[in-house]
Amino acid sequence: MPMDKEKVLNLAKLARIDIADSEADRLATEFDAILGYVGEVKEISKADSLQLTADSFVLKNVMREDGEPHEPGIYTEQILSQAPQREGDYLKVKKIL
Amino acid sequence: MIDLSKLTIKSAAEALKKKDFSAREITEASLNAIKEKDGEVHAFLEVFDDALFQADEADRRIADGEELSLLGVPIAIKDNMLFSGHCSTAGSKILEGFTAPYDATAIKKLKEAGAILVGRTNMDEFAMGSSTENSAYSVTRNPHDLGRVPGGSSGGSAAALAGEMVLGSLGSDTGGSIRQPAAHCGVVGLKTTYGRVSRHGLIALASSFDQIGPFAKTVTDAEIIYDAIKGRDSMDSTSIDESTYAHRKEYEKVIGVPRAFVEEEGVSAAVRKNFDEAVEKFESLGYKVVDISLPSVPYSLAAYYIILPAEVSSNLARFDGVKYGLHVDGENSIDDYFKTRGEGFGRETRRRLILGTYVLSSGYYDAYYGKAQKAKELITSELRQAFRSVDLIMTPTTPASAFKFGEKSNPLEMYLEDIFTVHANVSGCPAISLPFGKEGDLPLGIELTADLGREDNLFMAGKDFLGE
Repeated sequence: MPMDKEKVLNLAKLARIDIADSEADRLATEFDAILGYVGEVKEISKADSLQLTADSFVLKNVMREDGEPHEPGIYTEQILSQAPQREGDYLKVKKIL
Repeated sequence: MIDLSKLTIKSAAEALKKKDFSAREITEASLNAIKEKDGEVHAFLEVFDDALFQADEADRRIADGEELSLLGVPIAIKDNMLFSGHCSTAGSKILEGFTAPYDATAIKKLKEAGAILVGRTNMDEFAMGSSTENSAYSVTRNPHDLGRVPGGSSGGSAAALAGEMVLGSLGSDTGGSIRQPAAHCGVVGLKTTYGRVSRHGLIALASSFDQIGPFAKTVTDAEIIYDAIKGRDSMDSTSIDESTYAHRKEYEKVIGVPRAFVEEEGVSAAVRKNFDEAVEKFESLGYKVVDISLPSVPYSLAAYYIILPAEVSSNLARFDGVKYGLHVDGENSIDDYFKTRGEGFGRETRRRLILGTYVLSSGYYDAYYGKAQKAKELITSELRQAFRSVDLIMTPTTPASAFKFGEKSNPLEMYLEDIFTVHANVSGCPAISLPFGKEGDLPLGIELTADLGREDNLFMAGKDFLGE
């Protein structure tokens, strides 16, 4: 199914990115080419008969003990100093409701 | 004045230990080389103003008789690794002026090994690209030909080393971002087994592929950096140790060549000829080179360009103009996001974010992301099967030598630069690019891939091949 400008603008909205109409036009053409290429992946993965061995990753999730990782507040100033807008020890944003 | 082009990490560390020169002297040599050459090459985004302070500290430790593998050795780091108190931007405008509040584990380990971190190097924004042309700050030029790209995304780290401004550097490799620039710049580049180096403090691109690794002049040097930065880390739950993957095969100097893949269309005549010469060289060194068939592996790139944008769209959601980095004011709270992200992200980043949103959207998820995950399993399985009978798989690192600026304006053409490197990220296997041969004045690379956890095979074969 071909991409068009409207679809790209809707996706950009979902991704929370402001893009110009002209960029959406260009992206639609590029996405058609890229999706045509990456769509080839369906060729190999439809071969369900292919036997998967137990050779892939042996990784599993690792959890740490629940608890205080450090004394509260020791990084507050360092982290908040990076915020574009703050008020005291809070991040400042526009009114939401 | 010390000439960095005559030194390796190994020889410099020995000279420092014998007090032939001091850490301050070699760091000054590095800073002078940057001053002299980097105006043209532009490998660095910033030279750290505390480099000489670090050097003096190293000199004190040398005087105290400390013996560490990188004590006093000048190293450059890619701009996506956090170095506490220093700026880190991942080549993006959205992080301009961001100061790292802590050290990435790899950086902490480099410091513990005594390295002098001289500066941060240019890169494609968030490591998306194969030419370093996507940096929000500037392009980096290939020291072998200033009219050509150094490769990417770790182009700055490769060029800093190839330009003889440091003795080693760190890059990150998500689809070839260490190995491809290493090939284009004529140096050694290593992508380790997924998890071998902690990702803690590495600004994420695609978390299931990202790995930090070294650029070096020799395989021996690459191994020294690798030994310094590897290891399990409680801050990265995907990190692994020596025992995670059991060794399944004795090293017997057998190299497999996926012939059909290597002889694909789009591989330049010079690269093919060079590859045949590499096969002959390995044979003359007592290696057995056999043709193998890997029918699924050529699909790695297609799987990669589905999984990667999907992870990008999720990982880059954190850039919201609220917590850190750029903030552009909009009409209301949600408009702040749209404006900040629209202005803060460059064109390639926007392209991949939107593409990632598409492949993960309901209705297309199974057709793209689901299929790509399955392909990833098949590719891993196929490679690991092959490693039951061969120790290494050999391909060229890139289909051609370094290209000119602006030559690959079509995104798909640029993506095809990674055709021979992505299988290692998709499968998690370690791989190394070794400098070998030239096309005119431009260096070429030979890539070896090994089974999960078998960096030792890469080092053995690499040292044999480069005569170390």
